Amino acid sequence: MKRRLITLWRIIHTGIINFMRNISLAVAAMAVMVVTLTIVLFSLITNATLENTIAGITQKISVSAFLKDSTTEAQAKQLVKVLQKQPEVARVEYLNRAAALREDILQNKTDNPNLSSAAAVVGNPIPATIHVFPKDLNQVQAIENVLEKPQYKQLQSDPPSYNGDRKEAIDNITHATNVLRKIGVVSIAIFAVICALIIFNTIQMAIFNRRDEIGIMRLLGANTGYIRGPFVVESAIYGLLSAIFSVLIINSAFLASSNALQASSLGLLDINYANQYFDAHFWALLLMQIAIGIIIGTVSSVIATRRYLKFRTK
Amino acid sequence: MILLDRVTKTYGKDKEAGDALSRITLHVEPKEFVIVVGQSGAGKTTLLKLLTREERPTSGKIVIGGIDYDKLKDKDIPMLRRKIGVVFQDFKLLPNKTVFENIAFALEIVGISNREIRHTVPKVLDIVNLKGKEDRMPRELSGGERQRVAIARAIVRQPRILIADEPTGNLDPKHAWDVIKVLEKINRFGTTVLLTTHNVEIVNKLKRRVVTIQDGRIVSDRANASYKI
Repeated sequence: MKRRLITLWRIIHTGIINFMRNISLAVAAMAVMVVTLTIVLFSLITNATLENTIAGITQKISVSAFLKDSTTEAQAKQLVKVLQKQPEVARVEYLNRAAALREDILQNKTDNPNLSSAAAVVGNPIPATIHVFPKDLNQVQAIENVLEKPQYKQLQSDPPSYNGDRKEAIDNITHATNVLRKIGVVSIAIFAVICALIIFNTIQMAIFNRRDEIGIMRLLGANTGYIRGPFVVESAIYGLLSAIFSVLIINSAFLASSNALQASSLGLLDINYANQYFDAHFWALLLMQIAIGIIIGTVSSVIATRRYLKFRTK
Repeated sequence: MILLDRVTKTYGKDKEAGDALSRITLHVEPKEFVIVVGQSGAGKTTLLKLLTREERPTSGKIVIGGIDYDKLKDKDIPMLRRKIGVVFQDFKLLPNKTVFENIAFALEIVGISNREIRHTVPKVLDIVNLKGKEDRMPRELSGGERQRVAIARAIVRQPRILIADEPTGNLDPKHAWDVIKVLEKINRFGTTVLLTTHNVEIVNKLKRRVVTIQDGRIVSDRANASYKI
């Protein structure tokens, strides 16, 4: 056990020394890894920000069912219960005619200030209303399907409607989010492959530069793990440092130019939220970046060393 | 200690080119000092490469220190090499490490602690008469001294077998004798030594068992012998 710990320490120590000795090659590998990890981080923050924007808008969207005057309170409450049981429904709000009128007056205070006095003269024109809030905008159709059922349709005076005129905007944002997510995934994949190939080549060159030393180590009885270990440690250092650099780049971008970012994102991205998200999840994001960097580094170096440090006799 | 039974080594698939070694049978007892002689290309180095498992025999059986090479897997080769000390004609020292570090390296790769290394390396330097040169770089040493560093590295793990492949090949007579004296000293401590050389003077003065290889075959195997091809 003690010997294994000593050997492990020596592998790590040698890996660190080799990294410093090999710094000119390491810079190229790290530059690509920094770009890759910065894209990963940027995609993640963008995704979280857009999802927050959509969630904010979604909360305000509801499907409204307008009930006939002949619909009794009991029938209305029965319909509310049915809607509440639907898995797509976040919450249901029932407004009787008086409450619906109050809401209408409140909402149209500026557009139609005389609604209140008109209602006093001709009576309440607003029907009892049920507002159904979906969990997800894509589930609106399912709610409408319930309301379209004949036994419930006969209780309604008009077809159900969106209370918001934001559907198109939301659809656009959802579409943009999906496109950005796909672009993010594809660019991360492409850069990760480029990054792995460059590390692969860096390690291959390092193995080539140290072939005499490796040959001597083999003849002296060093096992493959002892020979391979420092190369893997070296690549893990690339990952670790690149992750730190990528987080610093994003951090500097927020610090130095959040106004410019806000302008360049054409209002699509809530930069303030993105900044808050980055601050709130700083350590988790840093750890995640380090983990991704170390995984990319070690996997590519393990493949490179397996390929070029085969331990076979002729 | 060392047993080769009808060992043949053929390179590539071209049988017409001839065998590098052909049906070699050799038995070396523990603590023996055996000199393998032969002209260049006779098969001496191939024989040693088979013993260190740098090469596999095409046919035949090799057993060293109870380890049957037929049953040896690739992953067990490092363990085998830790039990055999090897000295090369071209020293194979690490140029960026000092004398001390070169010797310590053989102990580091098997997980020996730094404390034990600091205790062991000076003793070995004393055996090879290099005390006081611990901090020298290999380029600052003469050929003989470099070869003695290589011997020190080979024996620092106290192997039961020491294989020396033409260790005096690159040395002048004086330094060559320094190296041979060290090998004799190590043999007196109980290590089996297998030395390949074509230095007539060394073979004749040592008066040890001499195995002569010619065209991949053992043509003579005599005790207390002199150089004769």
